[in-house]
Amino acid sequence: MCTTCGCGIGQTLIAGHALKKSRKSGDEMHYRVHEQGALHVHPLGHIHIHGTIDFGAGPAGTHAPGMSQARMVKIERDILSKNNDYADQNRRYFSTHGIFALNLVSSPGSGKTTLLVKTITALNGAQPLAVIEGDQQTDNDAARIRAAGAPALQINTGKGCHLDAHMVGQAMQRLDLIDDSLLLIENVGNLVCPAGFDLGEAHKVVIFSVTEGEDKPLKYPDMFRAADLMLLSKCDLLPYLEFDADLAVENARRVNPDIRLIRVSATSGEGMAEWMGWIAAGCRNAVVVKQRTPEPEVRA
Amino acid sequence: MHEMSIAESVLQIIEDTARVEGCTRVKAVWLEIGQLAGVEKESLRFCFDAVTRDSIAQDARLEIIETAGQGWCMECACNVAVSAHYEPCPSCGSFQVEVTGGEEMRVKELEVE
Repeated sequence: MCTTCGCGIGQTLIAGHALKKSRKSGDEMHYRVHEQGALHVHPLGHIHIHGTIDFGAGPAGTHAPGMSQARMVKIERDILSKNNDYADQNRRYFSTHGIFALNLVSSPGSGKTTLLVKTITALNGAQPLAVIEGDQQTDNDAARIRAAGAPALQINTGKGCHLDAHMVGQAMQRLDLIDDSLLLIENVGNLVCPAGFDLGEAHKVVIFSVTEGEDKPLKYPDMFRAADLMLLSKCDLLPYLEFDADLAVENARRVNPDIRLIRVSATSGEGMAEWMGWIAAGCRNAVVVKQRTPEPEVRA
Repeated sequence: MHEMSIAESVLQIIEDTARVEGCTRVKAVWLEIGQLAGVEKESLRFCFDAVTRDSIAQDARLEIIETAGQGWCMECACNVAVSAHYEPCPSCGSFQVEVTGGEEMRVKELEVE
């Protein structure tokens, strides 16, 4: 388990069932190859076979001196490349099916699920949608979404502190997503880890409630940098708090000058029309993208 | 941030490589981690030791090459050093700094047998 956030895999459940093991990647490996084609023996006794694989020598001779049996394998692969491959698959699926996918991120207790329930109620069946819920344990949130009238699937990450693209891909297969629909992915309540994991979504939306501190964007800059839209939530509470909303927005813009802002309240309904308008524009755009995206080739 | 997941991803890359290369042991692993990648090095070392136990990379030496954060200041129109995402330009104080380097997270190479 992660020492900083409790993260780890092996206990992930989707709707109570274990996650399939990830597939092996077929990425090519790159060998350390010298430019010259000669073979020579070094004074310490190890052999360089130039032009093929360089056995037993480190780069510039610095970190594997004289290892006759060992060899260096050059990889140069992004550590998150596997997640990014799955995210690309998800993104291709979304673009060929006109699905507008949002990854909703925040700290626990910011009001994500309440906002989702209000959003679903306000859409009132006019926009087909589905919800993927991520939490460490329980399917309470998926049950709340289903009670609001939308199909929802719960992913329990167990020890994990974030959703990854492979989990979401499997959840998508189970959800029977409709073409030209909206997919809302509610990530695990955590302002740190979900920032680094692309799920294939169109946008990350960070929900920042006015009951938190104004300096949250400065304390957790990665997440505010990764998001395209910030919903300042629970705005109906502002008259009762010392929270400086302008300072909070200024802090968010320091980290991410391009972040868009909507002030919302699920209780009073403030900003909900603007939020719904933003979703509707995204859904229309996803349909346009689908019409421009060529159908994937079917192999005979 | 999520060092355990990162350590697990590193091990996956190592195991994939070992399968292709037909090697029996991984003796050392070189990672390149940018200063702005949001990775705590000591936490990553701890997690790496934990996930590689009983694997092909058990007891492998972990070498972390840290790359410096770099940015382009739009006011100064020049490259500047960046130590955190929200920091102002060290010469003019502007926040219009676009990060251009130091976010890398890669497995560079392995020493294998």
